[in-house]
Amino acid sequence: MRFIDEYRDPDAAAGYARALRRITTRPWTLMEVCGGQTHAIVKFGVDELLPPEVTLVHGPGCPVCVTPLGLIEKAIEIASLPGVIFCSFGDMLRVPGREHDLLTVKARGGDVRIVYSPLDAVALARVHPDREVVFFAVGFETTAPANAMAVYQAARAGLANFSMLVSHVLVPPAMEAILSSPKCRVQGFLAAGHVCTVMGYTEYEPLAARYIVPIVVTGFEPLDILQGVYMCVKQLEEGRAEVENQYARAVRRDGNQPAQQLVREVFRVVPRKWRGVGEIPQSGLALARPYQSFDAGLRFGIAGHTADEPTECCSGLIMQGLMKPRECSAFGTRCTPEHPLGATMVSSEGACAAYYHYRRLDIPRQEAEVATHAD
Amino acid sequence: MPTDLASGAACPVPIGDHTHVLLAHGGGGRLTNRLIDSLFLPAFGDSAVHAHHDGAHLHIGGARLAFSTDSYVVRPMFFPGGDIGTLAINGTVNDLAMCGARPQFLSVGFVIEEGLPMESLQRIVASMRTTARAAGVAVVTGDTKVVDRGKGDGVYVNTAGVGLIEHDGLIAPASVRPGDAVLLSGDIGRHGMAVMAAREGLQFESAIESDCAPVAAPVLALLAAGIPVHCLRDLTRGGMASATVEIAETAGLHIRLDEAAIPIREDVRGACEILGFDPLYVANEGRFIAFVPADAADRALEVLRGFEVSRAAALVGMVSDTSRGLVTLKSRIGATRVVDMLSGEQLPRIC
Repeated sequence: MRFIDEYRDPDAAAGYARALRRITTRPWTLMEVCGGQTHAIVKFGVDELLPPEVTLVHGPGCPVCVTPLGLIEKAIEIASLPGVIFCSFGDMLRVPGREHDLLTVKARGGDVRIVYSPLDAVALARVHPDREVVFFAVGFETTAPANAMAVYQAARAGLANFSMLVSHVLVPPAMEAILSSPKCRVQGFLAAGHVCTVMGYTEYEPLAARYIVPIVVTGFEPLDILQGVYMCVKQLEEGRAEVENQYARAVRRDGNQPAQQLVREVFRVVPRKWRGVGEIPQSGLALARPYQSFDAGLRFGIAGHTADEPTECCSGLIMQGLMKPRECSAFGTRCTPEHPLGATMVSSEGACAAYYHYRRLDIPRQEAEVATHAD
Repeated sequence: MPTDLASGAACPVPIGDHTHVLLAHGGGGRLTNRLIDSLFLPAFGDSAVHAHHDGAHLHIGGARLAFSTDSYVVRPMFFPGGDIGTLAINGTVNDLAMCGARPQFLSVGFVIEEGLPMESLQRIVASMRTTARAAGVAVVTGDTKVVDRGKGDGVYVNTAGVGLIEHDGLIAPASVRPGDAVLLSGDIGRHGMAVMAAREGLQFESAIESDCAPVAAPVLALLAAGIPVHCLRDLTRGGMASATVEIAETAGLHIRLDEAAIPIREDVRGACEILGFDPLYVANEGRFIAFVPADAADRALEVLRGFEVSRAAALVGMVSDTSRGLVTLKSRIGATRVVDMLSGEQLPRIC
């Protein structure tokens, strides 16, 4: 498949691995910010190709994982109301609240629907004027423009029965929170390519300068990641700390300006609580004042829940790069995808889910002797 | 009053801590297995040996029969490459074929929703007739129920079937041996993506067509050619991954798959990439894997490739005893990962 196979080429991957070994002289710890990258790394075994000196730790870039428990509870409460059609991306449905998840609400008769675009939810509101249609707007800068467009269109169409439960988060403040922690062990970042397609990467430049840390905007295919690691290690070895763009086929320095403008029109920047991490200043988006009538929390009069996280869940440490999933004592025993303690175990971008699905069992040696042939 | 407790027929073991049935209980993954193991088997399971197989092996008089049943609740009823009728015939025909049996007779039960256009029912029945004829089976008995409007998705179909077993081997996970080759009968993922695209109104450049087809003919040809087939499994719900994991766990062996050897069409890969699906977990309705001794693999592939439905058959993996109950996959870039059973429905991702 074009634009996919080229980036999964085994010979090119081996070439990058060799080049990386040549330039690496001492230990480095890098963080890939995005959960999509984490999954690609674990699924394709990209980390197995790295020299032993290079350690990848997994960042907070999983929107499902960082959505606070209180907001999940709010979603569950709204979705359980009669007359509500609750729309969400598929990922959110299995995220555990205090007692159950949105799939359970559906099983008990709630009208919970998976949509592929927030505009599908707007369309539902149009054809069901007698129902309240609520969209669960979760995500980073990547999904913010589409969600903003949904509210913008609903406002233009005067759709009074559409609203949005917003839990948007922003990447740079989270990176700054990680860097400013005294326990920080991250020496270089692979920034999330898709976030940068929207936002560009100028906002990372002050971070790189202030914390003297290389930041490489990186894509999601195995070769993207290998090249991103190479560029990052090269900077570290040469004593540089700059923002570089590995994902140039999709990302421009200034990003997608019309999309940014729409986001600024519909949303405003607010402090946001990150599940497992805590509150980070100016790290989230909420509806801007002219669009507040579309705020589902306000519309249904549901106050902020302040649910406590299960104390046993270490997802906060994992998402700050302070721990790896297999180092958690509950991993694979008291915490599994069927009975998760935290969202990192259920989201398709969660680090714990990646390790559970692809690394849970020890793979015996002698794999090299497997000989099959594609005919 | 808990009278059943007093009478000794104790309440079944709680199914995990789920108080209600979830869609994932029917998804063919971990929850389905748990439901079978903790509720159905304790109730019905004297013949537990075949509990996780596609059909039962029966001895009646001097004859050896395979017996299987399946219900079809697909939405939409019509999709590119087939409809609920073709599925209902081929599904049960294929389950019988997976027992190494020659499918012979089917029953058909319809649960029809009031208000279903008669023309739709006629189309479904017509395609069942054509499909049954192509698969060489006769529909010999049936049942019809109509439920209130709103109580069903147009129509649900159940089929059950019997087939004759004409070989002596036991085709089951327990027969799989270290050194066996894993053969896949063709490209994977088409049925699941075709239905998903039709159901959700997803527009791709070209319509992905279901692979729905009977596979009894190539299976019977393998047996007729004297190939010692150890195990067969059709790759329906849960896809290739769930089928191999289930066999590896039952057989207590290690299945090693080679990602680059598994055929997947471009359009299916593209659709999966967009939605964040892994084609290994996507359902098929005309694909199966066969476990045969490695030295018979080339001959078996030659037989399979003689049939249109298995023209693209390929060697995709090997069985070893290096680990118990494990499936691993050599990724395209040469690293190795574990293949796990799906723990719920595959859900489209956020970004």
